[in-house]
Amino acid sequence: MSEQQVRTHAIDMSSVLRGRSNQNEKNETCIKVENLNLFYGDKQALHGINMEMPKKKVTAYIGPSGCGKSTLLRCINRMNDLVDSAKIDGKILLNGENIYDKAVNVAALRRRIGMVFQKPNPFPKSIFENVAYGLRIQGINDKRTLEETVEKSLRGAALWDEMKDRLNDNALGMSGGQQQRLVIARAIAIEPEVLLLDEPASALDPISTLKIEELINELKEKYTIVIVTHNMQQAARVSDYTAFMYMGELIEIGATSELFTNPVKKQTEDYITGRYG
Amino acid sequence: MIRLWFKSGVPWIWLNAAAVSICIIMVLGVLGLVTVRGAGHFWPSQVTQFNYQEEGKLARIIIGEKVDASITPAQMAKSTGHIMADNEDTLVQYLVKTGNRDITGTDFMWIEARNVKEQSDPLDLMVIERREWGNFYGRLLEVKEGSKTIATGKEAWPVVQTKIADALIIFDEIAHLEKKQIGAINYNLERLRLKQRKLELENKLDDTAKQQIAAQAATYDVEYKKYQVQVAELYKKIRLNSLVAETENGTTLKIPLYKVVRAFQPNAMSMFDKIIHYGVKVVEFLTDDPREANTEGGIFPAIFGTVMMVMMMSVIVTPFGVIAAVYLREYAKQGFTTRLIRIAVNNLAGVPSVVYGVFGLGFFVYILGGNIDQLFFPESAPAPVYGTPGLLWASITLALLTLPVVIVSTEEGLARIPSSIREGSLALGATKLETLWLTVLPMASPAMMTGLILAVARAAGEVAPLMLVGVVKLAPTLPLDGNFPFLHLDRKFMHLGFHIYDVGFQSPNVEAARPLVYATALLLVLVIIGLNLAAIVIRNNLREKYRALEG
Repeated sequence: MSEQQVRTHAIDMSSVLRGRSNQNEKNETCIKVENLNLFYGDKQALHGINMEMPKKKVTAYIGPSGCGKSTLLRCINRMNDLVDSAKIDGKILLNGENIYDKAVNVAALRRRIGMVFQKPNPFPKSIFENVAYGLRIQGINDKRTLEETVEKSLRGAALWDEMKDRLNDNALGMSGGQQQRLVIARAIAIEPEVLLLDEPASALDPISTLKIEELINELKEKYTIVIVTHNMQQAARVSDYTAFMYMGELIEIGATSELFTNPVKKQTEDYITGRYG
Repeated sequence: MIRLWFKSGVPWIWLNAAAVSICIIMVLGVLGLVTVRGAGHFWPSQVTQFNYQEEGKLARIIIGEKVDASITPAQMAKSTGHIMADNEDTLVQYLVKTGNRDITGTDFMWIEARNVKEQSDPLDLMVIERREWGNFYGRLLEVKEGSKTIATGKEAWPVVQTKIADALIIFDEIAHLEKKQIGAINYNLERLRLKQRKLELENKLDDTAKQQIAAQAATYDVEYKKYQVQVAELYKKIRLNSLVAETENGTTLKIPLYKVVRAFQPNAMSMFDKIIHYGVKVVEFLTDDPREANTEGGIFPAIFGTVMMVMMMSVIVTPFGVIAAVYLREYAKQGFTTRLIRIAVNNLAGVPSVVYGVFGLGFFVYILGGNIDQLFFPESAPAPVYGTPGLLWASITLALLTLPVVIVSTEEGLARIPSSIREGSLALGATKLETLWLTVLPMASPAMMTGLILAVARAAGEVAPLMLVGVVKLAPTLPLDGNFPFLHLDRKFMHLGFHIYDVGFQSPNVEAARPLVYATALLLVLVIIGLNLAAIVIRNNLREKYRALEG
């Protein structure tokens, strides 16, 4: 299949998605990716991506390693700005605004789009200070407000009961699963609109993974969630929509149940049935 | 066999162990030598009376402390002009500290063991530490008040002790008045003069200002006169008492008590007395000003100057080094320019320190300091304020000298911080500056401290550049005192390293100063260890706090 065909096809798929979501009329689009290309130096990592992610739903990106799903995710909160060699063209609209517009304040944007990384990365501070970090950089230092938000966020990340007596302990003393939930609490403390999860459970044991998945299910009531995962069962369990990517191209996107049971593209079918990747 | 042995790696382990042992032995050796020689200096040694008769000369008595002994083979002794009998294999000589420089002209003499007819340690031998002319060795005869004798013979000893104690109290009082009160008045008068000169230069010196200044000067004058009367009275009081003592050859000498620091009879002292004497001497060494061209008394100004200079240097070098490292690592676009800067920084670390001294003198002192004087202190011309070596310039010069270490270790610290931590902070909406300030720099602080430790270790021991930019043999005032503005960065200061050089090699009385060189060296090592330990403790605490993510 030539590149051009894939592109047109990707656009087709998004219209298919719109068609499919007809049964669920109130689905508003939260993030819309328009014709996004990304180059690392001379190498093109993303090829003309077009897709829409609905509000307060979980969208999962699946695909083999190196297919560009993390790169695409990092485009949504402009983390790729940190890579000197990365060049981006195209648009990503967050509630209709292009986040790559020159007038956009990147720090303010990232407050609206929280992110959780593959490896837990708590700061070497106390648990309390980790969660309060985002508030402190916004200049909120009122003790009451901080305490309330920390409690709320830790409850939101299902960590409060375990940690309420250890708030002043160093976060690095927690287990990996707890650290990852702490990082999620840290992200939701500043009440973003979107949560980006980059393989949040890949470094965790099965029980911690289960807890994270339960957490995602609860969080989608309030946040639009985009999750990158290697694990197709996980995508099937937690997501409402799934996008399959391959070699920097978006092959297919659709409601999770449909994509896994009745994929349109042959490549998708091959991947989910484990024929390659 | 041998081949197998080599292959097993055992010789390699032995080689390593040997290298480590040699290092440890060398370090301990240096420390041991310095400690023994330096710490032993304050112990009151026995004073011996020798009955000494050289061939064909009259017998005489020599009183002094045996300081050193040397054994020379007969052959060698002959060649240096000694007459040796056939049955003598060696020539044994003693170095005796006889003191009484005002009478004999020297403090030390070599005597030959074979000419000592008899030697003993009589209990009544007395050592007097004086403010001039070094130690006195002899016997106490009487104590005088004015021209009246108040005690003689055995009663004289306790009387002289109490009188010396009284005299010391008065002496301290005089020193305090002269240095603090009168010193402050002089300082204020000088400021007043400068103020007047300044107004004059600005053409603002009208009659009212003149009157004001004159009135102020008059009040200072009145105060000064008051203190002068006090001091004169105290001098009269302290000059009243004196002691009369007899030297080894029977000469009597009248010593005014205000010139006496302490008198003691080492042969009659018990162990306990000696320990107390030792403690008092050590405290004096640590807290007093030097006397007698730095060969006696304490070295407090040098300790103070060293610590002060190192702290100033740390305060200057840390921000500069950290900012430079942050720019190089976090902001600058990596490429040819940054590589060039890094090479330059690393080479800077290899420049001989005296070159920094020359640069400091030429650029900081003459150009910067000279211009500061012209701009801000025209009233004190032709006397320079900052246009002369001083604490500020010495600190800046050493900061420049140690900058590479701080830059390099801070950069390494920054490089070690995982990018996931930065991304985590940025993803929460922090700007780059907030991320640096709140997360990256605190986590890199142990590395900064490591840099500072290395910088302190290097700066505290540096002497060569300091000789050019601010260290002097004897500074009359400390750079920190009670006169506004309290911290006098323009003042010259004393430094332990330079003190060692000065006392050991520039002193008129090298033999007397040698133990002090060891004691000062020991102290310098201790000060550096102390500064380093403090920094290491801080670093370890930080490390514990900001334990980086591993794995």
